[in-house]
Amino acid sequence: MRLVVDLNKCQGYAQCAFLAPDVFALHGDESLIYNPRADDDQRERVARAVAACPVQAITADAVDRAAGVREASDDR
Amino acid sequence: MTADYVEWLRREGRIVIVGASLAGRRAAETLRAEGFAGELTLIGDEPYEPYDRPPLSKSVLLGMASPHHTELPHRREIDAKWRLGVAATGLDLTAKRVRLADGDEVEYDRLLIATGVRARPWPKEEEARLDGVCLLRTRDDAADLYRRLKAGPRRVFVIGAGFAGSEVASACREMGLPVTVAERAGAPLVGALGGVVGAVAADLQTENGVDLRTHVTVTALEGDPAGRVRAVHLSDESVVEADVVVVSLGSLRNTEWLDGSGLGAGPRGIACDAGCRAFDFRGIVTDDVFVAGDVARSPHALFGYQFLSLEHWGNAVAQAETAAHNMICHGVDRRPHLWMPAFWSSMFGVNIKSVGVPPMGEEIMITQGSLAERRFVGVYGYQGRIVAAVSFDNTRWLEFYQAQIERGAPFPVEFTTMDRRPENRQPLPAGFPDPSLPTHGPTVTLSGYSPADQQLVFHPARH
Repeated sequence: MRLVVDLNKCQGYAQCAFLAPDVFALHGDESLIYNPRADDDQRERVARAVAACPVQAITADAVDRAAGVREASDDR
Repeated sequence: MTADYVEWLRREGRIVIVGASLAGRRAAETLRAEGFAGELTLIGDEPYEPYDRPPLSKSVLLGMASPHHTELPHRREIDAKWRLGVAATGLDLTAKRVRLADGDEVEYDRLLIATGVRARPWPKEEEARLDGVCLLRTRDDAADLYRRLKAGPRRVFVIGAGFAGSEVASACREMGLPVTVAERAGAPLVGALGGVVGAVAADLQTENGVDLRTHVTVTALEGDPAGRVRAVHLSDESVVEADVVVVSLGSLRNTEWLDGSGLGAGPRGIACDAGCRAFDFRGIVTDDVFVAGDVARSPHALFGYQFLSLEHWGNAVAQAETAAHNMICHGVDRRPHLWMPAFWSSMFGVNIKSVGVPPMGEEIMITQGSLAERRFVGVYGYQGRIVAAVSFDNTRWLEFYQAQIERGAPFPVEFTTMDRRPENRQPLPAGFPDPSLPTHGPTVTLSGYSPADQQLVFHPARH
């Protein structure tokens, strides 16, 4: 799944790094680096990180589709 | 009548977005989210679906992400026609048509231009073609540079110590690669943050083992007989051997395709009103052509109504959403784009963030922490008012300063805080270079109405 972090909003609370350490990591004291394409087995953890971020800085692929049916793909 | 047109447009109009990157994708999502049911076309010159660029110089070079997989998440289906891998080459404002490189033409009822910027190439074409001379802007650039760095070059040479160049240097050091950085100004980041903060960035580089050369320009890139870059010649007559050269000289706005269209477009971008409607070359606002992202320049009430062109991720998002909203609603429901400029960078493990417009500042005060600790907040003042703040590993303070900027709080800063040092009570000159002598190019350009603008003369470096 694809994801992006609005690093203007990010304040380094590191909730995401606790909840999905394979996707998010702190680099230095407060700068966040992340993998914008998380493996599918990380879906649940990423969803939790999205929900837990105190400043709501993480956007992931829309999750309101039936999970696992298909990666969101635009009509192209 | 106008109301009827908007209703018709929302139902079955044709909207074309030129530029399939962050701003284009977010605008398309916003159009659909707000009920646009007509035909939507996205045109992009790269063959890829919209991807995110900030990771290319950070997570990708640090090996945490693949350069091929930074596509932006899909917040919703956008049911669009995609024309990828084909550039827009012209615009006919009267016939409302976009011309494409493959000869095709696409008609629109409303157009959004989000063509962004591209990396400024090394000006000597023959040298720029040498194997090992790289740019870092696109996904292909990042894949190429990452491959070259992984191969373990003897030395990497970075031309230009702006954010991108400094981030590359930082990644090289983490990979254990020797790296030299050359900067025309006296320190890294001076165009964006001024000399006081630039001095901290310089220390950061040298202490992390970067061979930083300031007050120099690169005069020539030397290749070997096989056409690979071998050495870099500098204006102080020194020569540095390197087999990867990263050209990081800021960016050029993608407006050439609009030449002759009658739109108010040029090297500084496309002028638009606060509602993202493009101006034509006569300064008259259009009502069917909108602009968003790096290529736009729009007036901002908080900064003297000067036109700001911002190469900021957050601006692309906010302006795209505002433009999309305004494209499909009635005049009274339109919103102004008055986003507070903000950006981030990270290098050598330090998180750098800013709000407001630092290059507008004449003076700076360190209001939290200290420069020596490289953990601080610097506040920029212009004519008695706070106009910007920058933080090094102190991001949680920025929200407070954003509010100060928004209410036009006085400068010098009066309050004393819990983390304020006695030596920081006096403002210092912020140390921005003379704008007529550009460095690597700041990511914020103030292009206002000041009569002094007309007297700026650009003197390119003599080679």
